[in-house]
Parts: sequence; structure tokens; C-alpha cells
Amino acid sequence: MIKWGRFTTWILIVIIIFGLTFSVGPKLFAKIPLGLDLQGGFDVLYQIGNGQNITAADLNSTISALTNRVNTLGVADPLIEVDNGNRVRVELAGVFNQTAARQFLSAEANLQFKSASGKVLMTGKDLMNNAAYEPDPTYGYPDVSLQFKNPALLASVTKTYLGKPMEIWLNGKMIQNATIQSVITNGKAVISNMPSVQYAQNLANLLNAGALPLPLHELSSSSVGPTLGRAALHATLLAGALAILLIFLFMLFMYRVAGLVAVIALVAYSLLLLGVFAGFPITLTLTGLAALVLGIGMAVDANIITYERIKDELRNGKSLQSSVVAGQRKALRTILDSNVTTFIAGVVMYGYGTGSVRGFAVALIASIIVSLITAVFLSRSLLMLLTRSNLVKNPWLYGARTKEVAKR
Amino acid sequence: MRFDIVRRRKWFFLLSGTITVAGLIVMLVFGLNLGTDFKAGSRVQVQFTQPFHTSAVAAVFAKANLPLGASAITTAGTQNSMAVIRLGYELNAQQENTLNHMFKTSFPGYVGTQYDSVSPIIAQEQSQTAVWAVVFASIGIVVYVALRFEYRFAIAGIVALLHDAFIVISVFALLRIPVDLPFIAAVLTIVGYSINDTIVIFDRIRENLKGAKLKSLADLEQLVDHSLWQTMTRSINTVLTVLFAAIMLYFFGGDPIHNFCFALLVGLISGAYSSIFIASPIWVVWRSRSLRREQKAA
Repeated sequence: MIKWGRFTTWILIVIIIFGLTFSVGPKLFAKIPLGLDLQGGFDVLYQIGNGQNITAADLNSTISALTNRVNTLGVADPLIEVDNGNRVRVELAGVFNQTAARQFLSAEANLQFKSASGKVLMTGKDLMNNAAYEPDPTYGYPDVSLQFKNPALLASVTKTYLGKPMEIWLNGKMIQNATIQSVITNGKAVISNMPSVQYAQNLANLLNAGALPLPLHELSSSSVGPTLGRAALHATLLAGALAILLIFLFMLFMYRVAGLVAVIALVAYSLLLLGVFAGFPITLTLTGLAALVLGIGMAVDANIITYERIKDELRNGKSLQSSVVAGQRKALRTILDSNVTTFIAGVVMYGYGTGSVRGFAVALIASIIVSLITAVFLSRSLLMLLTRSNLVKNPWLYGARTKEVAKR
Repeated sequence: MRFDIVRRRKWFFLLSGTITVAGLIVMLVFGLNLGTDFKAGSRVQVQFTQPFHTSAVAAVFAKANLPLGASAITTAGTQNSMAVIRLGYELNAQQENTLNHMFKTSFPGYVGTQYDSVSPIIAQEQSQTAVWAVVFASIGIVVYVALRFEYRFAIAGIVALLHDAFIVISVFALLRIPVDLPFIAAVLTIVGYSINDTIVIFDRIRENLKGAKLKSLADLEQLVDHSLWQTMTRSINTVLTVLFAAIMLYFFGGDPIHNFCFALLVGLISGAYSSIFIASPIWVVWRSRSLRREQKAA
């Protein structure tokens, strides 16, 4: 007797899975942060200082200076992290002037205000970070306006050195030799007569971004042009789509109705994986994308193991229903054992890897966990519902050859 | 009558032994072609929409006053539309910028460039890390398999796994394909896949061993052969689906992962082969020794 209730539940689950995939899927994909190899950008690893011991304070001020600078650049979702105690990694993805950004990041804005005798009166640390380019009110020359944190200090300096020259040094180069014309009590000052607007803007940015406590040296760098990244993304998505299509056709051809269940589980696998990547969020890299496509191949394995087991049971003369139950039970242990080993490889890769290797490891681990959920539990429930609905009775529809089953 | 795999094990051992020794010789003679990730310097990867002239790329570097070593420019990619230039020194941001401009103006089909620079310290660290990653992954897997199964399965599985990793490394050494960080990811995937594939077969052997009375080597051979054939459809179907994915990525995926996908392809095929023809036969050889001892004791 056909049990329509079970079959209706089956249909409902399938509709929900496909509905969610087509409605939410693209939105989830759009939310996944793309690695710089997929959207362009650069990744630089800096060595802090010249081999001296780095204190926690040095590290913190380096990071905050870099953060300020990245913020001035206006690049979204920057990654700034400490690596190995005396290194810092900066990853910026997207479209922007990479050369300028890289030069700006490691530029030492070492600003000093010196007296004519060379005595350092104030430094960049005394400045508030609201320096800005301004046109000179009377002549329109580019100026940079500054504000000091401690107006009293500026007042005492301008009072002591009134009428005397004051030199402004940036990175060991004198950029201005001004004469103090009045005692400034409100903490606001102006560096006038900049060579160009761009120069003034650049100077203002550098001053705001703060001085780097220690110089930064590039240890390694990787930069990808935005067009190249996008081309790689499109190519890999196309390859992935073709691979999925082939796998679907193969499963339908080999296992028929059971193959269809596997296909549905794979769709759910893809949806869930998109959700995991968008939810955490995990940055998707080119190798990560490859891991996901490969993960589909591996997720199919769980279904294949199960279906072959079911066929074994059918050959042993069991009824279809008990074959499905026994086959799934016996397959589960195998699937768990084989996945744990791959999982171990993934965890080690994550622990020891950097950059692309890590992206790959994360994708691999996520795909193993998600495939266990979908290819085992979802696939299992769907198959059971279908079998118990009595709608599909012919073992041939489960991929078995009629000849083999007839042996019983 | 089915083809006896285990009884013909000597042939498979011989085949794999030959490939391994040949690979070892190739590696000792030529060494690996280390990519920028493991060797200090810069790597420039330029993508065009059509095939290009190596001399035109060389001219750009000459104009930028950047010296090129002998055979520094190689072509890659599915349509030979990618130029890979390896430099023994590190490029700075400004030099990269100059090159970008010159590529854009000299080639109408210019898509974009990827630059990778690595200093000697990092190169050394990364190559050490890569080796440790493979070692620790192997140890972790051995421990797990030894706990869940027995140590003989674990060691046989690891031998098969190292065999696969080694074959991929040999192929890369022989074809002079540069070895970089994604390559390590590929080798580790192969390690994971190879053991995954092997475990499914071991699982069946373990199951068939329950209640089986093994009296002779022939019994053991037969049992393992039977297990192999029981899981054969699964072995073939699984490797087919994974190969579909890898082949599609190889031919249609982004050019930057071309070598990565090639490593996967070689490793997946080797992994499927070793799971059937190497791992289980090794276990048989080992198990038969203790079988003989048990019989002597009895």
C-alpha cells in the first residue's frame, strides 16, 4: 500500500531545499568575503623594527598606527594580525591603488618640530589626528592645519621661541622652516606653503595616521590585480558548475532514484556550506573554492558507500526496506572512520598553514562536517521516507541490477 | 573467475617500487623546482587573453631595467596565455607599479598580474612548516587508525599515503613544475583522500575478518581479495566523481590554480590505485607473518 503522507513529506522537504537554494543561495554567496586572489588586493608581511626586542607596547602602537592608516585608505574589511610576535600581516582586498597603499602603510611619519639649534620641541605624538589640507585663506596656497593635544605646551613653545625659526622635520627631512609669528594659545597651528594640494593631503594623512614606533620591512608580499582575481573567480565557478552537473548526471545514471536523493542532499550540502561561509564568515580563496568542489566529490562518496551497501544487502536476499535500513547502518561506521582521517589532515593543515593553505583547510573541514550532516543524515531520512512510502519498490530504482536481486 | 589482486601483489609492489625509485633518482639528480614560496625572490604571473611572445615580455623587463635570469619566463595556463616570470630578487611596490603600466600599454590582451615576493627567512620557515605539516598529519592519522583498527592497518595505510604523496612530488620534479604553497595544500588533500579511500577498504576487511577462521596465507589472500572486490564498485565510482571535479577544475578553473589541480589529478589517481593495489596487499604480507607465528605456537 502506498503511504501518501510519507511521500508528501518527502516532496515538501525537497521543495524547501530547492526553494531555499534558489532564493537564499545567491544572497548567501554575495555575503561571503572573497580572498584577495578572487577579487584582487595585496597581502604584506612586515618585520617590525631592525631585529631589536619588540615589546607588547611597540606591537600595540604599530597595529593601531597601521589600523589608522588603513582606515584613511578607506579599504573595506582589512585584516591586520600579529604573526610570530615580531611580525605583522596586512591583507587588503578590493580595488584601490596598491602601490600607493603599500608605500603609505610602511611610511614612517616621524614628525618633529625642532628649534634652530636642533632641539626637539614637539613630535607627531603631540598632535591630534585631525590634520587636514586647507587652502590658504588669502592666497589659496595649500596649507595643512594641525591641532595639538596640549595647548599649554604649544603656548609655552611659541612663547619661548617667538620670532625665532622653527623647523618641521618629516622622516629626517626638513619640510618647512617657519618663523613663529605669534603665541598660540588655542592649540591650533598651520603648516603653510606646501608645494601642491596632493602633497598637503598626503602629509595630513600621514600625520593623522600617527608615527610608526618602529620601521616596517616587507618580508613577503603578494598582490593580485582585480581583473585577474575576477577572471579566476568566474573560471573556477564555471568549472565548479560543470563538475557538479557531471556528478549529478553520474549519480542519476548509476543509482537512479537513490541517485536523485543523493543529488538533493548535495544541493542541501551546497546551501548549508554557503550558509557556514557567510555566517562565520569564512573568507573564500581560490584553493578554498577548489576544496569545496572537491568536497562535493567526497560528499558523494558517503552516498556511494551507502548505496553499494544497500545493493550488497539486496544481493544477500533481504527485502528492499530491510536492505535500506541495514545498508545505511553498516555504511555509517565506514563513512565516519574515513572522514575522521581526512578531518585530521584538515586540522593539521590549518594549524601549520598560512594564507592559501589555511583557506583550503578551512574549506575542507567545513565541507567534511557539512557533508556528514547532509550526505548521511539528510540523505538517510529522505531515502527512508521514500522507501517506507512504498512508492518505490523496484530494487532496480536503487541502482541494483535486476539479475543480482533475482538471485534470492 | 575474478582477477586475483592480492596474489599478484609482487607485480604491483614492483610497479610502485620502480616508480618510487625512478622518482627518487629524478629528485636527487634534478631536485625540486622550488617556487617563490620556498625560495627567496619574486614571482610575476601575467595573464593575457591570448598566447603571447616570450620575447615581448622579456622586452618589458629589459625596459624596466629589471634583469632576468636564463629561462626565467615560462608559459602556463590552459591556452598558454599566462606568463610566469621568476626573479632571484624581490620586487618593491614601485617596480611592480612600473611593470603594471608597461604591461598594460604593451599588450592589448592584458588581463592582470599577480606578484609574489618572499624574503629568505620566510622561504625557509615556510618550507620547514610544510614538511612538519605532512609529518604531523601522518602521525595523527596513524594514531587514529591504530586505535580504531590495529597498528598494521595504520602502517599499511601510511605506506600507501606516502607512496601517493611521493609520486606527486616525483611527477612535479620530473616535469619541472614549480612547487609552491598551494602544492602543499594539494599534497595534504591527497594525503587525506588516500587514507579516506584506504579506510573504506580496511573497514570491509575488518568486518570480513570477524568470525573468519584463517588457517593459511591462501585464506587470508582470499579474504582480502573478496573484500577488495566487494568494495570495487564503490572505489571506482568514488574516484570517478572526485576526478570529474578535479578534471573540470583543471581544464576550466582559474589559471592560477592550474598546477594545484594537476597535483590533485595525479594524486587522486595514485590514491585510488594505492588503496586497492598497495595498502591491502602490504597488510596481507604483514598479517601473514603473525599468522605463521600463531600456527607454530599452536
